This record gives sequence, C-alpha cells and structure tokens, in this order.
Amino acid sequence: MTRIPQILKQHESELLEEWIAAQKGAVGPKSSLKRDGELREQAHSFLNLLQQATQPGNVTNTESAEWQPVRGFLSEFSSERARQGYSPTETATFVFSLKQPLFQRLQSEFPSDPAGSAEETWAATRMLDQLGLFVTEVYQKSREEVIIRQQQEMIEISTPVIQLWAGVLALPLIGTLDSNRTQVVMETLLQRIVDTGSAIAIIDITGVPTVDTMVAQHLMKTVAAARLMGADCLISGIRPQIAQTMVHLGVALGDITTKASLADAFAAALKKKRLMVVDERV
Amino acid sequence: MDRIPILKMGDLLLVTIQVDMHDRLAMSLQDDLTDKIVSGKARGVLIDISALDMVDSFIGRMLANIASMSRILDAETVVVGMRPAVAITLVELGLSLRGVRTALNVDQGMTLLRSFGAEG
Repeated sequence: MTRIPQILKQHESELLEEWIAAQKGAVGPKSSLKRDGELREQAHSFLNLLQQATQPGNVTNTESAEWQPVRGFLSEFSSERARQGYSPTETATFVFSLKQPLFQRLQSEFPSDPAGSAEETWAATRMLDQLGLFVTEVYQKSREEVIIRQQQEMIEISTPVIQLWAGVLALPLIGTLDSNRTQVVMETLLQRIVDTGSAIAIIDITGVPTVDTMVAQHLMKTVAAARLMGADCLISGIRPQIAQTMVHLGVALGDITTKASLADAFAAALKKKRLMVVDERV
Repeated sequence: MDRIPILKMGDLLLVTIQVDMHDRLAMSLQDDLTDKIVSGKARGVLIDISALDMVDSFIGRMLANIASMSRILDAETVVVGMRPAVAITLVELGLSLRGVRTALNVDQGMTLLRSFGAEG
C-alpha cells in the first residue's frame, strides 16, 4: 500500500511552502509568475485534489475516474496560463517542481528501507510525469485553439464589402486567395449584393500578392456567380508586375472588365449607371 | 396537371417559378412560353426564380434553352432574383448560363428589358 496520500496529508503545509519556493527558484526571479497569493491558492487546491485522488491507493494510473477532479483542475489551470501568455516551461514547472519536496519527504519517511523508498519515489515520479505531460498537452491544445480562432477572425475581417455609391459595392481583397477564402469572399459579396440591391461590384486585388491560375480561377468563379445573380463585376488594382506575370503564366480572366486602379473602376461604374462627377468650380 | 402561370404585362411576359421544377413541368413551361411569345407578340420574358432554393443542371439548362428559344422569336429573357447559394452551386457545377441575362430583382429586370425595347 502506498504511503503517498498519507505523506501528502501529514506534511501538507511544509510541502506547500517548499513547493512554492521550488517553483520560484525554477523559473527564475524575472519570470512572469503571477502574484504570490494566486499561486499559493492554486498550489493549495492542487495539493488538496491530489491528496483526495491518491486516497484510494491508485497513484500510477492518472486516467482513472478518481483522478478526474485533478485533471479538470489542471486543464483549466493550463488553458488559463496559455491564454495569459505563460511559456510551456513555466506551465509544466508547476507540476514538475513538486517532485523535489515530495521526494525528500518520501526519503525521510523510510530511513531504514531504501527499497521501499525507491519504490515510492518511482510511483510518485510516474504520477507527476503523467500530470506534467497532461498539463503540456492541454497547454498546446489551448494555444492551437487560439490560433484557429485568430485564423477565422482574420478571414472574416479580411473580407469587408464597402458600399461606394448607391448600387456600387467594392471588395478590397488583401492576402492570398485560396479556395477556403474564396468561398467566404463569394458568400459575403453575394449576400451584400442581395442586401443592398447593387448591380455593380468592384473587386480590388491591390492587396493580393500573386495572381496565378488558381487565383484567377477563383476570381472568375466569384464574378460568374455575381453575374448569375444579375450583378456586374469589375476587377481593379492589377499592378504592372502582376499583369506581366499573368500573361507569362497564360492566365486569362475571360471577358471580365479589368481596370488598373480602383478609381478607374469606380469611374467606369458611375458611367455604367449614367452618373457623372462634376467639378463645381468650372 | 400543374402548370406555371405566365402573366402578360404589355409586351412583356412574367413567369414566377414558386414550386420545385421537375422535368415535365419544365417541358410544359417551354411549350407554353413559346406559344405565348408568338401569340402575344411579346418582346421580353422575365423569369423570377427568387423562390427556388435549388437549381440543378437540368433547370439551369432549361433556363438557357428558354433564353435561346425566345431570342429566336425576337424576345429577350432576363432571369431575376437568383439566391447567392444557388449562384454558388451553379458556378461550382460549371454552369454559368451564358446567353442568359440576369438582374437582381424584378424591378431591375424590368428596367433592363425596357432598355432593350428602347434600343430595338
């Protein structure tokens, strides 16, 4: 029968002190560790949960049901730290730094039984390693979630549809066009065309770094879909180098009207609507 | 058998498709429409598909056929009110309905047809 739960219970306050000291030592004085009180609270509740989880005597299988509270606490702790910008080392150190104080207790508990001490130390190592790895895994997962969320936000904010005039929309595209983004661009543009009843849409590709056959195909699809709905599309913002590359690559935009700048496209749109901009001074 | 009503407004014909099209309905629409164009001396046809959630390749082809037929009979066809999702599906299917004129809504479709009338 393991004596780890007993040790955790008996020496709780000493363990806590030593553990907190070890954490501070491990990450260095200039670390971004949070206020003492918060860390102490977290450490205290972790020790409590650990003690409860080890009580039934199972210390090496942290996947089992009685460890659920500990895992829950750690995953919350880890994802919170990931959000706050702690490094993986700092996060995992929370668990690993418990080793030293715990091992010392285990050794002093078995003064005349080195074999028993070694066995207990081994069990404690396996337990803490599993928990530490779990913390790192959760940390990484929460970072990935942050990245995915940012990607989605980027896609959303990178497709603004602007109304230039009653019945004239503009869609300044920035960044590379892949099929995923084209889908979003297409849906946003078409929806705005319906909402505003615009018969002309200008797609400005000044911010698109390269136009290859794929990008051209995506653009043509968007224009074809808009045309099916009854809106005309103009493409503007084709830089000189892009025009050259397109011709060298043999990229054709079909019968889509293209203009060099957004201003030219806007002028063409106004002309199509039979509107005119007049200089008042003349 | 169900038939799709064709309304005559001056020299324009207005067709509103509100039910799911199946083959026979489409064929009877083609028959009725060509008859009406000839008998009513229509110069323009307006087909409103804003109620359709789904347009498959068959209906797409039917729309293109109607446009070609009416052009032979000297009437312009304008398809109006296609939903964004429908447009995206048609483009993904590779059907861009060349030769079919489109407009956002019935209003703009009318304006478009009248402008043809003025020119022709």
